[in-house]
Amino acid sequence: MPSRRSRKKHTPRVLITGIAGNLGRAVARRLHRSTELLGIDRRPVQHMPRDINIEVVDIRRRRAEDIFRREKLDAVVHLNIMHDPRSSQQHHHDFNLGGTQKISRLCAEHNIPKLIVLSSANVYGPHPDNDQFLLEDAPLMGSQNFGGIRDLVALDMFCNTFFWRYPEIETVLLRPTHIVGRVHNAPTRYLRLDKPWMILGFDPMIQLVHVEDVVTAIELALRPGIRGIYNIAGPPPTPVSHLIERMGKKPQYYPELVARKVLQAAWRMKLSDWPAPELDHIKYVCMVDDTRARKELGYTHQHELESILFELRRPPAYTRRI
Amino acid sequence: MSDTSSTPQTPPWEHNASTIDGIISRLLSDQAKEHILALKEGQSEDGFDPFGFEPHFLRYVAPLFEWLYRSYFATEVSGLEHIPDQGSVLLISNHSGQIPIDGILIGTSALLDRSPPRMVRSMVERWVPEIPFFSWIFARAGQVVGTRENARRLLKQGACVLVFPEGVRGISKTYDQAYQLQEFGLGFMRLALETNTPIVPVAVIGGEEQMPTVLNLKKLGKIIGAPAFPVTLTWPLIGPLGALPLPVKYRLQFGEPMHFEGSEDDEDRIIRQHVEQVQQRIEDMLQQGLEQREGIFI
Repeated sequence: MPSRRSRKKHTPRVLITGIAGNLGRAVARRLHRSTELLGIDRRPVQHMPRDINIEVVDIRRRRAEDIFRREKLDAVVHLNIMHDPRSSQQHHHDFNLGGTQKISRLCAEHNIPKLIVLSSANVYGPHPDNDQFLLEDAPLMGSQNFGGIRDLVALDMFCNTFFWRYPEIETVLLRPTHIVGRVHNAPTRYLRLDKPWMILGFDPMIQLVHVEDVVTAIELALRPGIRGIYNIAGPPPTPVSHLIERMGKKPQYYPELVARKVLQAAWRMKLSDWPAPELDHIKYVCMVDDTRARKELGYTHQHELESILFELRRPPAYTRRI
Repeated sequence: MSDTSSTPQTPPWEHNASTIDGIISRLLSDQAKEHILALKEGQSEDGFDPFGFEPHFLRYVAPLFEWLYRSYFATEVSGLEHIPDQGSVLLISNHSGQIPIDGILIGTSALLDRSPPRMVRSMVERWVPEIPFFSWIFARAGQVVGTRENARRLLKQGACVLVFPEGVRGISKTYDQAYQLQEFGLGFMRLALETNTPIVPVAVIGGEEQMPTVLNLKKLGKIIGAPAFPVTLTWPLIGPLGALPLPVKYRLQFGEPMHFEGSEDDEDRIIRQHVEQVQQRIEDMLQQGLEQREGIFI
């Protein structure tokens, strides 16, 4: 544990769960100079600043509790949320809900003043009758047509209960739209395809946000006094086809029935990691209104579409799954 | 929101005219080109507004709509000056004719015959985004899924929004109820009060005669998933041709703007009083227009 805390000014001590992921690494790199960082992850950690004390342990294990007992933490940034379409729902529920439940209990027991949880705008779900821009109080319908994210919706709803169960903890729930950049997730993989698929006759508007802008939102949410749910978006939305064309690629159009059947078959034969229900994201809108984050957090996106697309044209730096 | 430029511009689609754009450019009138280029609806540098509206996309639909407006339905318009040059406004109109030609003609008149042009944003049914092609054509042409939040957002960004408060009740009524206004919904008035938006009443004459309906087989409509199933003298008797609207003469009258004050959270009873004033104004304009009308087709 580095012991460089200033005597004059208190340096916040922050624990990042899931620090070995691409997003965790991005948060760690941003915060390690301004805060005392601790990290926890069950995966081995690479490419990380040296002044971060990292424990390689599953968050659900008893040993993980020692960090809370040993350190006087000022905040916990909970990124330890997996989304691997190939893993079972039971594993997802165990890991995501079990882990989050444990973190919340430990925060309450050890009087941690701040808890930041990274959810996703996917919990709203793409639907034909969605408002063009969904507000934070929109119903979470993400698992209505895609059972694969039931655990993420349940996790978000579980975190919603913190506001009244643990009013003394400043809980911040961030719901960023499609995160792209140096991450390994579905939207980034989709946009990195040579010929991204599109559904014939559909071309919804889509929002992207650069991973560094999400890190900015997390950094802003760490300030004392901030609590609540915040949607996070990046530059103005644009149609999917336009996005692909701006990257110098040509979308491949398929009738919906064909696209679904092919994806379903490829999924069953383990030739593809794309669950067919995710096609709804290139069929219907699922965009968020982030006015609240811009007003209350002071959040502004720094990465415009051009810079995001530039990043996507480069080969992926890290390929490990989050 | 809208502004018109005095200097003629070359549309960007003509710089690199493919075959389709080349043909379309010849079909578009100079006025339509000029007015489409003058539209400023808060679009980003990519040319799309947050709802997916792309003003330049109108070039694909404008030739057909202009022909319908000027030639087929020989539309006569009065009172376009009552639509403000900029800022939010709600156009509240009667609804008739089984197919929403009235919406197309109101939108075309405000785009082509008004200077500066105003883009009319209609609220479309919630199932439209489920239909291939219609989903993106409607969005690119500025039409928005009819949720209250979408309407509120449009008005807050200063748009001209068209609402038919009679909804399906109005458009699917049989000919014996022609020009009898059906009950108006209250939602538009709450939005107007909340966003302090003026209401321009619009009376549409002609729509009732384009497809005079004898029967509305609602149960059959329900089975096929449609809000109504009209039976006219020609439809479904002679097939799809029988569903074409007759070349009636449309008359659109835009009334003076109406301003209302109060809270959007008032009881229905109070909101209904405001709505009845709008309904009465449209009814008066309809009666006056019908009395002055010389014929259905002339």
